[in-house]
Amino acid sequence: MISIDIEKKLKAYKGEQVLKIAAQFDKGSITKIYGPSGAGKSTLLKIIAGLVEPERGKISVDDGVWLDTALKTCLSPQKRKVGFVFQNYALFPNMTVQQHLEYVSDDAQWINRLLTIGKLETFTSHKPEYLSGGQQQRLAILRAMAIRPKLMLMDEPFSALDPKMKSELIPGLKSIWYELGTTVLIVSHNPQELEGLTAREMYVESQ
Amino acid sequence: MDLTPIWLTLKLAAITTVILLIIGLPLAYWLSKGRSIAKIILEAIITMPLVLPPSVLGFYLLMAFSPKHGIGEWLHNTFDIQLVFSFKGLVLASIIYSMPFMIGPLKSALQQLPMSLSQASYTLGKSEKETFIKVLLPNIRASVLTAAILTFAHTLGEFGVVLMIGGNIPGVTRVASIAVYDSVENMDYSSANAYSLILFCITFIMVISVFVFNKYKAKSPLE
Repeated sequence: MISIDIEKKLKAYKGEQVLKIAAQFDKGSITKIYGPSGAGKSTLLKIIAGLVEPERGKISVDDGVWLDTALKTCLSPQKRKVGFVFQNYALFPNMTVQQHLEYVSDDAQWINRLLTIGKLETFTSHKPEYLSGGQQQRLAILRAMAIRPKLMLMDEPFSALDPKMKSELIPGLKSIWYELGTTVLIVSHNPQELEGLTAREMYVESQ
Repeated sequence: MDLTPIWLTLKLAAITTVILLIIGLPLAYWLSKGRSIAKIILEAIITMPLVLPPSVLGFYLLMAFSPKHGIGEWLHNTFDIQLVFSFKGLVLASIIYSMPFMIGPLKSALQQLPMSLSQASYTLGKSEKETFIKVLLPNIRASVLTAAILTFAHTLGEFGVVLMIGGNIPGVTRVASIAVYDSVENMDYSSANAYSLILFCITFIMVISVFVFNKYKAKSPLE
């Protein structure tokens, strides 16, 4: 169970806005987060990952506390170890596909399984600049999966994938999430983007 | 022609570049992360040699390194180190004088990398140090080379600071730029021309190598 109750000021064109979120996510659940642009959806994921600190709030995961501003407790992103798929992929230009996964895991079998799910087996020696947008996005997902995350945070993760590729990828991801008991939060604008995933929905809007 | 000034210059430039690489990488990384009053002041101090007349900088360094004042006196009395009119003093002065040429390109390159690169590495459980070595550093390789070559080339051409701190002691502080000046003073134009030509060629080859390494994509070396 993941429990979130946070408050974060956001700088916006029309002045300062406040992102207030109080929600709970069951272990192994998949939640789609949607809302208008600039509402703070990506910021919410970064707060959960420990990349952005809110002014006030508490985040607890199972029995552990990741963040409690009242107690001045804030676990580093390294200790939270969530799988994070960035909207801009954030791939490392100096590393090949294989090196991206080896940077995270030294389990060759696990890496091969991920490569198969993402259909990147034949691109292992390619660097990101030689991959298509869809291949880069799949690599970003596989890299985040490589740490065997208990919590997966995905920011527009399937936006560059064609429907066929997406329908082939999602069952593979779901089976791994099921095995690991991973809780998944997906930010998405597109209602069709999460076809094939039975997801709870959460609307985010800053005030 | 006595080639000692050329070797001395190359030795000074090489030592300065290596030391500045060791100091410059962590310093540029620290400066590239956010802003604070301390960082602004430190950056201004690092940048000063770019705008100060070398003779002014040399004068203040001469005062600071003098065995009769402050730091120089303390170094002399405590460790028996004399920096004025010595090669060690030249190295220290060169480090201060060439620092902006090392820090500037490195800091700028680090700031241009998307923040999400280091963030992605942190979420994968990697420390700040490991992220710097395995992710950030390889992706600013071209800028590291540019900074190193600029520092080396700039140190080759030092004159004012070197003259103030080191004077003109053959084999110790008489670097190539001083030798050119000295030769002209003595009306020995052929030696002055030989030293100048060697310096010109070395510097030209270095600048060309930056462009070749960057596969013709290099911007101005000062960017």
